[in-house]
Order: sequence, then C-alpha cells, then structure tokens
Amino acid sequence: MESIINFIGSNIQMFYIVILMIFVGIEVIGKVPAVLHTPLMSGANAIHGVVIIGAIYVMLHTDPDKILPLVLGFLAVVLGTLNVVGGFVVTDRMLEMFKKKK
Amino acid sequence: MDLITQGTGMNMQYVLDIIYLFASVTFVIGLKMLSHPATARRGNLIACAGMSAAIIGTILIHDNKVQPIIYTLILSAIGLGTIAGWLTAKKVQMTKMPELVSIFNGMGGACAALISLIEFQHMSHEVALSLPEDGGNMMMQLIETFKNLAQQGGMGHTAKLAMIMAGLVIGSVSFAGSIIAWAKLNGTLNKPIRLPQYNIINNALMLGLFVYAFLIVNGNVEGIMHVYMLFVAALLYGVMFVLPIGGADMPVVISLLNSFTGLAAACGGFMYNNKAMLTGGILVGSAGTLLTLVMCKAMNRPLSNVIFGAFGAGTKAAGEGRELSGSIKEISITDAAVLMNYSKKVIIVPGYGLAVAQAQHVIHELETILEERGVEVKYAIHPVAGRMPGHMNVLLAESNVSYDKLVEMEEINPEFANTDVVLVVGANDVVNPAAHNDSASPIFGMPILDVENAKNIIVNKRSMNAGYAGIENELFYNPKNSMLFGDAKSALTKLVSELKAMD
Repeated sequence: MESIINFIGSNIQMFYIVILMIFVGIEVIGKVPAVLHTPLMSGANAIHGVVIIGAIYVMLHTDPDKILPLVLGFLAVVLGTLNVVGGFVVTDRMLEMFKKKK
Repeated sequence: MDLITQGTGMNMQYVLDIIYLFASVTFVIGLKMLSHPATARRGNLIACAGMSAAIIGTILIHDNKVQPIIYTLILSAIGLGTIAGWLTAKKVQMTKMPELVSIFNGMGGACAALISLIEFQHMSHEVALSLPEDGGNMMMQLIETFKNLAQQGGMGHTAKLAMIMAGLVIGSVSFAGSIIAWAKLNGTLNKPIRLPQYNIINNALMLGLFVYAFLIVNGNVEGIMHVYMLFVAALLYGVMFVLPIGGADMPVVISLLNSFTGLAAACGGFMYNNKAMLTGGILVGSAGTLLTLVMCKAMNRPLSNVIFGAFGAGTKAAGEGRELSGSIKEISITDAAVLMNYSKKVIIVPGYGLAVAQAQHVIHELETILEERGVEVKYAIHPVAGRMPGHMNVLLAESNVSYDKLVEMEEINPEFANTDVVLVVGANDVVNPAAHNDSASPIFGMPILDVENAKNIIVNKRSMNAGYAGIENELFYNPKNSMLFGDAKSALTKLVSELKAMD
C-alpha cells in the first residue's frame, strides 16, 4: 500500500497526463464520420509507433560488448521504424484517395 | 545519471523535453485533424513531423557517451525499417489495407515487448553491479534494493519492474494477436478455431499471466528465465485470444489490439519518464478503445460478446432452429442488365466480397454507365461492411467513386422503399433480415441495411455459402430477390459489357 502511494505521489505529473490524455483521446475521436474510421485507426497505429523512442533509448544505453541486448535492441528499432513509417505512409495513401473530386 | 550541460550553458535535456512536448502536441492535433475529411491528410503529416522530431532528438540528445558502433546500428536499423515499411506500404493493394494495419500494429507491440526484455536485463545488471558479488541470493537483495529505492521517491525500481512486465505482457499479446488477425484476414486461417471450453482456458491463462507477472515483480520468483517464460506465455495468450474470434469481428479485434499497443507504449513512457511516449500511448489507448466500442455499437453487440465469443456458440443453434423455406431464384446476366438499365434508381450494397474480387473499378464503371443512361446510382455503406470500419469507403475512393455517392446506413435506409433495384455485391450479414425478425439469431438486433424494402434485389455471391458470421440469410429466399452467382469481378464485367451492348 505504502509503495503504491509512493509510486503515485512521486509520479503525480505522469498520472495527470494519463488522466487528461484519456479524455483528450475520447474528445478528439468523438465525432469522427464512419468514412474516416480506417484512416483514423491507421493514423493512431502510426502514433503508437512512438514506442520506437524507447527502443532507441535502450540502444543508446546498451553496452556494445553485449551481443544479446544489442541484437534485441536492433530488432526493436527495426520493428518500431516499420510501425512508424508503414503507419504514416499507409494512412497518407488512404487519405490521398479522399481528395475532393470535381 | 546527471544531465549534461553542454558548453553553451543550455541544458540539452530541456531541449529534448521541449521537442517531446512539441511531438505530444502534434499527436493530439494530428489525431484531431484526422477526424475531419478536409484536414485528415494534413493531420497525418503533422503527427509524422512531430514523430520525426522526437526520433531525431532522441538520437542526438542523450546524457551518456555512446560508441560509434551503437550509432551505426541504430541508423542502419532505422534505414532498414524505413525501406521495408515504405515499400510495403506503397506497394500493397488497397484491399489488403486491413491486414497491413494489423501487421504494423503487431510490429509496435513486438517493439514494446523487446524493450522490456532488454530493460529487465539492464536493470538486473545495474543492481548486480551495486551489490557484493556473493551471487547466492542476488534476486532477493535486488528486490530489497528496489523497495528501498521506491521509498525514496522517484520512479522506484519495483514500479519500474512492474512497468517493464506490463509492457512485456501487453506488447506480446498485441504482437501475437495481430499476427493471428493478419492471418485470418489474409484467409490463411479463415475458420475460427475453438478448443473445448476455450473461454475458461483463456481466462485462466489471463489470470495466470497476471499472477506470474505479480510474482516476478514482487520477487517471489527469481531470474531471467521467468521473464522469458512470461514472454512466451503472453505470446500464447495473444494467439489464444484471437484464434476463436471469427473473421467478421477482426475490425474490432484490430482496433482493440491497436489500443493495447498504445498502452504498451505508455508503459515505456512511465519506465523512462518520457512524456512523448506516455502521451502518444495513452492517446491511442483511449481513442482506440473508443473506436472499438463505436464499432461494437454498430454491430449491436457488447465487446465482451465479441471477445468471449457467443457468436459461434449461438450460431449453430440458430441455424438449426429455424428452417428457411421457399426457393432461391437465379437471374441471368442479361436479365440483370435489362432490369438495371430500365430502372430509375439503383442502390449498390458493397461488402467484403467486392474487396476480395478486386471489383471496385468495375463497379465504378457500372455506376458510370448507369448514370449515363439516366439511372440514379448510390452506394449504401454499412458501418461494418468489409473487414474494417470505412473499408468500403477506402476501397471505392480508390476507384474514384465520388464522395457524395457513398451514403451511410441511417441516411439510406428510408430510400430503399423507392428504389427499383438493389445490387448486393459480396455482402451478406449486413443485409440479413434475421437481424430484425429472428431473436435466436446471433446478429439479432444489429442495425442492417433494409434492402428488403426495394422493388427488386439482386445478390451477387460466389456460392450459397453462409457469410462470415456463418449464418443463413433468409433474404435469399425472398420472392423479390434473385441471385447472380459468380465472382464479383467477372459477374460485374459481364454485366457492364451487356449494358454497353444494349445501347
């Protein structure tokens, strides 16, 4: 119990961010027309690719003599990049077709 | 670890924090703009710009000395991922989009899981260095150290360990689940596979994951082997979680897994006290959950029903319980062409079959010809037609079908009554009247397109097989309905040439 209170107390800013972001996420998506559901899902998919920052961070703090963490970290950065690049490009391709036609 | 203050006196860590702040704002603005057709594309680019800034900032600004080999590895990994991601995303056909989103989502989940694996090793390593080398009860001391640190405030080690485990479990589930979802959409795994009592097995497995992760965090079990076992167990759960769910529910599943990956990224944000990861992750987690619920609402089923799958269980009973009577009428290409040619108003109901047959261009051609003959043509878009919400819109937009011809369900339903011909192409469950009149049907209560009200209905299907939900469709036995058997592309191509010949 004590450790939970300590955890929340010492990370109170993070908890504020979490709570506020939950509402922002709901608010932002609230009125999306069905037409945009797929691109939106795809765009959100690209945004959670932000996890790549963690992968880069891990790599930067890995001892170059340790092969296993190095290999895993390399793989993590590749996968994270795939998520980010693939996600944004696919979303853009979908939206490109939504241009107004006249 | 002290923050570095470079010669200029400017605290570079603050600069990085500001970059992250910028990135977080672009994510929110980007997602907001993605929800409006006019601004969507720009929104995507804005989020992309924020992401790029965050990535570059992370590489350039850090507080420790890094050997060149690490930089080389990071840059080549990013290069590799960029080329592979770019090419796949550019080359894939529009009909394969849902699968692709699923795969990319899985990659993000796997990334989060790997980070956790490495971070756990880093952590044990750091603590091991700070402890005397007696080896014996190292893990227990490690936990003690964690607890002491936790009480000192800051991100305590127990809390960090908990975040590592959460990231590992959620990321792995998301990865394994996405791969299965991909295989299902792909047709590799097109039948729901259910072990007997799979609900109990799955829930037990989920509970097991929680307990196991708790034991690791709490220090009851020691060593890296347990972490690997947790990893494998989480992968297994991901597979078991998606395996019993039918293909028709994959959009919901992908959306749910999307928000899982968001949560996994947010765990990373907690781990590193990184606000960009936290904002991005939570934002996607919450938006993804809402999107999932919106989709469930469109199918009129609670989320628990999708996940714990009453769909399959109820289906057989319903199919057997209700004998469908009447006969099925077939229509020739010529008759169908004549019927449509002399109609005033035709509504096309596209479904997944259209995507599979790649018939989106032919259907646009059909629409153009009919319009030239003075027939009013519209498309009726059911919210869950296809394998993803908005799947049909994306598909038809690809073949340049005009925006205003795509009409959503609530708006088009009253129009069926004064429609001469409804052409259903590769859709099934979304036009099944059982949703209205058969309370035993698993889709009972789902809002559907009321095509029954039209004067004539033509259903194009490859065979009499049931749709993805695996249930009979009594629409086919309706006297106003006639079947146009065949692959959507070839049937529509023939229809178009028949129409041309009639000029």
